[in-house]
Amino acid sequence: MRVFADTDELVNRLEHAGYITEQGLAVSLMLMSQLQRPLLVEGDAGVGKTEIAKALAAAYECELIRLQCYEGLDVNAAVYEWNYQRQLLAIKLQETEKSSLAEKERHVFSEGYLLQRPLLQAISRPQPPVLLIDEVDRADEEFEAYLLEVLSDYQISIPELGTIKATSIPHVVLTSNGTRELSDALRRRCLYFYLDYPSYDKELRIVLARVPQIEERLAGQIVAFVQKLRGEDLQKRPGTAETLDWAAALVKMRIRSLDTNPDFLAQTLVCLLKTREDRAAMPPSVTARLLAQSV
Amino acid sequence: MTDAPLPAPRASARTEPAPLLAGRIVEFVRLVRANHFRVGVQESLDAVNVAACVNMADQRQLRWGLRSLLCSDPADWRNFDRLFDRYWQRPNAAAVEVTVSGSIDRAESGARAAPDRPTPPSEANEGEDPRQDALRVGASRRDAITRSDFRLAQLNQDTHALEQWIEQLARRMRKRLLRRHQIRSAGSRIHLRRTVRRSLSHGGLPLELLFHERRRELPRLVLITDVSRSMNVYSYFFLRFARGIIDAFRDTDAFVFHTRLVPVTDTLRERDAHRLKEKLAWIAAGWGGGTRIGESLQAFNREHARRLVDSRTCVFIVSDGYDTGEPALLGEEVRRLRRRARRVVWLNPLLGRDDYAPTAGGMQAALPHLDLFAPAHNLESLMKIEHLLARW
Repeated sequence: MRVFADTDELVNRLEHAGYITEQGLAVSLMLMSQLQRPLLVEGDAGVGKTEIAKALAAAYECELIRLQCYEGLDVNAAVYEWNYQRQLLAIKLQETEKSSLAEKERHVFSEGYLLQRPLLQAISRPQPPVLLIDEVDRADEEFEAYLLEVLSDYQISIPELGTIKATSIPHVVLTSNGTRELSDALRRRCLYFYLDYPSYDKELRIVLARVPQIEERLAGQIVAFVQKLRGEDLQKRPGTAETLDWAAALVKMRIRSLDTNPDFLAQTLVCLLKTREDRAAMPPSVTARLLAQSV
Repeated sequence: MTDAPLPAPRASARTEPAPLLAGRIVEFVRLVRANHFRVGVQESLDAVNVAACVNMADQRQLRWGLRSLLCSDPADWRNFDRLFDRYWQRPNAAAVEVTVSGSIDRAESGARAAPDRPTPPSEANEGEDPRQDALRVGASRRDAITRSDFRLAQLNQDTHALEQWIEQLARRMRKRLLRRHQIRSAGSRIHLRRTVRRSLSHGGLPLELLFHERRRELPRLVLITDVSRSMNVYSYFFLRFARGIIDAFRDTDAFVFHTRLVPVTDTLRERDAHRLKEKLAWIAAGWGGGTRIGESLQAFNREHARRLVDSRTCVFIVSDGYDTGEPALLGEEVRRLRRRARRVVWLNPLLGRDDYAPTAGGMQAALPHLDLFAPAHNLESLMKIEHLLARW
C-alpha cells in the first residue's frame, strides 16, 4: 500500500495504471483516505466510473474487491453466509462425540464455517483494499440502509459470532447510474464526484494511452467525431469505452484516416451506436456531415 | 500549507488551518446549506479538515476538495462553482463582514418579488434555518395543489412543483408496495417436506436445504395515454406520471395514441431533464385529425398485448373518451383486452368535473368491460391508484 505525497503524484500513478484523469478527481481520491469517507461517483454509462476503482487499486498497489449490486441483493450475497452443508456434516460427525451441546453449537458457528462475501472480505483484510460497490442504485432501499451502517461504523455484526470490527478501513468507491434516487443519508455520508464526458483533449489522451498502435492524426479524428456524435439526439450517447472500441476496431482494420472510405466507415459505427433507434437516427447523410466536420 | 505526506487520517498532528480560514470555511458551509446542499455538522468539521489536507498553495485544490465533500448530486455539482466564486472571490473579500442570511437563489428571486411568494428572506434571520421557512410554505401550498385540477395548474406557476410531485408519487407507490410485499414474506422459511425428500439421496442427511420461494408480486403495468387535441391540457401531466411509474416499476410500458398508437417507454427513460421536457412537450402537444381510440387499442391488442399483457398486468387507459371512430370497435377491443389482463382501468380526467357524464358513444361502449372507471384530474385522484394496485 502506497501513500501519496500530493495529487500530482497520484495523477501520475493513475496515468501509469492507464487511467487519464484531472487533478479534481485526484483531490477527491486523496480526501477519501484522509477523511475516511466513501466516494460516490455518478455520471452517464461508459464515462469510466468503474475504471476509477480499478485504477485506484493499481495506484495503491492493493487488492480490488467488487460488489456488483442488483435488485434483490441481500445480506447473504453481499456480507456473509454460513456454510450450511459443512455445518450439517460437522453436526453429523460430532454425533458420537461426548462434548456438550453448547460446545458443539459454538463449533459449528465458528469462523471456519463462515463464507465471506465482498463486504466482510473488504473490512477483514490486513492491508486496506479498494472496495468497489458498483451500481448501488440497483440495490433495494433496505440494502442501501444496511450499507450505510457498514460504511459509517466499519463493523459488521453477525448474530451467532458477535461483532466483527474492521482490521483495516477499505477505500470505498460507489458508482450510480441514477436508476433510482439514492437516500439523502448515503449521499451525505459520501464524498461526491460527477464524472462528465471527457473534453476533447482528455479523450484524445485516453485514446492515445489505451490504443498504443494508433496514429495521432486518426486518434484526433476519431475523438472529434465522437464528440460531435454526443451532441446529436441519441438514446444512448457513446461513452469513452465506445470510443476506445471504435478506435481499436479501426486500427485493426488498418484505416489511416476517417475520410478514405466513408461507406465502409458507416458500417463500423456499430461500435458507437448500440440501439436500433440510434442507428436509424444516424443515416449516412448525417454521419457524412459529422465526418466532414471532424476530419 | 502542507506539502508533507499525510499517512494517518484524521490525525491531530496535522497542521491546523489558521482560525480565520477555518471560520471562513464554516461560513461557506453554511452558505451552501442555505442553498439546499445536504450538509451537516460533520461536513463543517471535515471541510476544515479538507483545508488541512489539500495543497493550499494551489487555490483550485480547495475548490475541488470542498466540491467533493459538500456536493451530493448532479444539481449541487452544477451549482457549486457559482457559489464558490461568489463567496471566495467577491471584491475585498477579506474586509467585508460576511453574513450568511439566506441562499443566493432566494435572495435573487426575492428581489424580483414574485407576487405569490411569501415574505422575502430578511437579513436578520441569521439564527434560524431559512429552509424551515421554505418547507412550511411548501406544505401548505401542496395541500392546495393536490386538489386543484391539472388544467388549472397550467395557468399559474405551480406546474413545476406539480411535475415533481407527480414523479415522486410513483416512487412512493413503489416503496409502499414493496414494503407490503416484504412484510408478507419476511424471512425465507425452510421447505421441510422437500428438504426431507431430497435428503433421502444423502442417506437421510439434509445436505441440501430447500426454501419456500418468495414470489415477486409487483404488478406489471401498461399505460396507454390519449394525447389528442381534446386531452392536451392533461396529457403532459400523465406523461410525467408515466415516466415516474416507468422509473419505479421495472415491468412497465407506456404508449400514447391519437389517430394511431406510438410506444414511448424508451422516450420517457430519457435521463437529461431538459431534453425530456422538450420531448414530453412535443408528444403532449397533440396532433389534429381526431381520436381513434378503438383502432389504437386494436393495434395494441394485435402487436403488443401478447408480449406485455398477462394475468398480472394492469392496463391503464387515460382518455376523455371522445372517439371519432366506431363505438362498437372500441367496446370490442376493450373486451378483448379485459380477457387477457388482470385489470383494465379507465382514468378519465373529465370525470372530476361536476357537469360531466360519460355519455359519449365510445365511452358507453367501453364501460361494461372496465374493472374501474375513475377520475384522474388532480394529484389526489392519482394517489388513489396506489390503493388499487395494492389490492393484488
